[in-house]
Amino acid sequence: MSEYLIRFLLGGLFVSLFSIIGDIVRPKSFAGLFGAAPSVALATLGIAWAEHGASYVGVQATAMIWGAIALACYSIVVCQLLMRAQLGALAATLVAMPVWLLVAFEFHAVAG
Amino acid sequence: MQIGLSTSPLANSRWYEYVIRFVLGGAVTVFTGMISSEFGAAVGGLFLALPAIFCASATLIERHEIRRKREAGGEGARRGRGAAALDATGAALGSVAMIAFAVVLLVTTSWGAAAAFACASLAWVVMAVAMWVLRWIVKREIRRARARR
Repeated sequence: MSEYLIRFLLGGLFVSLFSIIGDIVRPKSFAGLFGAAPSVALATLGIAWAEHGASYVGVQATAMIWGAIALACYSIVVCQLLMRAQLGALAATLVAMPVWLLVAFEFHAVAG
Repeated sequence: MQIGLSTSPLANSRWYEYVIRFVLGGAVTVFTGMISSEFGAAVGGLFLALPAIFCASATLIERHEIRRKREAGGEGARRGRGAAALDATGAALGSVAMIAFAVVLLVTTSWGAAAAFACASLAWVVMAVAMWVLRWIVKREIRRARARR
């Protein structure tokens, strides 16, 4: 239970920190980079290293590469849904979620 | 092309927006831990790049722009979508930097936790800035080519 509490606090802290940095940097196109900051990764992998060691973190870092490729595809689809299909941000980000799942698990299945 | 800081967006934000981000960030981190425990490190690793926080941030950015435009007497939906799309473009570039973070972390795990995380974070910053500058150069060249035609 305490492990999950630490995860929650660390994750909230890192995500809030990167969000605030994203809010205050200009121009907006640069601020968008912080939408894909490794905030959850820093919190999760830090705990994983302490609990399971370097090899476990290596496995997670490898899988994170596939997740990040999926995130790039997802972001491009969201952009298109916003500008071409004229969906709102919440709708576009939710509708595109299967793209992330599909690409991430496809890479995971193929590359391991 | 100048990168700067402006604290005015902090004043425009509502307190509950910070709470939402904190809770969402915490929840996603707990969720990722649970996925790793249940399905193994590799599947859990995929979820380190889950765009759950991006959903919240894009929605908040859209709301801010709509609110700002309405206060100025406009409608704001189009401007809100434009701002969220710009955020999505940034996230696409940022995800390339995230790949750099993961690759450098993977390569430097033998150096110890502090050095590996420091190198990976530095790789993220360098790649993020490089991607943004590259995008700026490409856009500038396209504009010049169009102007020449």
